[in-house]
Amino acid sequence: MLEPPLSDRRRREILRQSLSVGVATGAYAISFGALSVTAGLNLWQTITLSALLFTGGSQFALVGIIAAGGSGAVAVATSTLLAVRNGLYGLQMSRLLGVSGLRRLAAAHLTIDESTAVGIAQTERNGQRLGFWATGLAVFVLWNLLTILGALLGNALGDPKVFGLDAVAPAAFCALLWPRLKSGEARAVAGVSAVIALVVAPHAPVGIPVLVAALAAAVAGLLPPRDQAGQVNVSTPPDGEAAG
Amino acid sequence: MSLWTTVLLASGLSFALKLAGYVVPHHVLDGPVLSRVAAMLPVALLSALVAVQTFTSSSGGLTFDARAAGVAVAITALLLRAPFLVVVILAAATAATLRALGWG
Repeated sequence: MLEPPLSDRRRREILRQSLSVGVATGAYAISFGALSVTAGLNLWQTITLSALLFTGGSQFALVGIIAAGGSGAVAVATSTLLAVRNGLYGLQMSRLLGVSGLRRLAAAHLTIDESTAVGIAQTERNGQRLGFWATGLAVFVLWNLLTILGALLGNALGDPKVFGLDAVAPAAFCALLWPRLKSGEARAVAGVSAVIALVVAPHAPVGIPVLVAALAAAVAGLLPPRDQAGQVNVSTPPDGEAAG
Repeated sequence: MSLWTTVLLASGLSFALKLAGYVVPHHVLDGPVLSRVAAMLPVALLSALVAVQTFTSSSGGLTFDARAAGVAVAITALLLRAPFLVVVILAAATAATLRALGWG
């Protein structure tokens, strides 16, 4: 399916979104770098996690468990459980990106919350691809550079709170969620999911509440569709679903 | 398990999961239920991320601090159709200002 190329305005809009998310997410890497070295990992292990594991929730969970004296096996298990959602993102992105060979390996490595969210939030197929790659690369570069900075400077610069940077990520996720809340069903899923995450949060490792809350999506998917006055609408094309 | 083993094993498994999403045959995703789940998944995840990153402390306990005010301002900006960059800058500025004033 051929689509007209993106207008310059849309290109700039998507690239700006991607860079904003990259900066917002990258800021957290400073905390990660500092947390990792104080947990007992050395500089190269910290750098390797950001370069190869490259999924924030898993990274924070892994060093958190090590810091708390947890075993390597538990750390790996928790990290891997958290990474399951990236596999689900991969399922979605593979349909939108249409990549093979080395590009597929690169796409898989860059498949994280942020790149997937920005990608599928776009309405045009070209825009989805641009959003995914631009966000994935922006986050990857900034995440790794700022991990090194955080690891070198340790706790001295590990507190992004002074600049309100810890409010940037949830605000960015709000902005990404916003256009997807047009249907009543989506708003219900969002509400239930948020409540589940907060109920689970005090009792589960970092990242698990978000994964548990994703069950709300699974349950919503299993229920019969109730939009459009009973008309069954099951064959949502990949282009259409991103329009929310 | 040595720290290096932990780091490399976790990295390898994470990449395997990501890649699995790309190599599973597409027809597996063509079922109506999976399509609906796939459409609702980002809504649920983004909403949960907002909730957790706004209202939990680093230990996972519930908390209410300057981030909540930042996100409230972000939502107001979204209601007023502000662009993405304005939304996140307003959120950061709100949280930073409140902290500078000694709250949250």
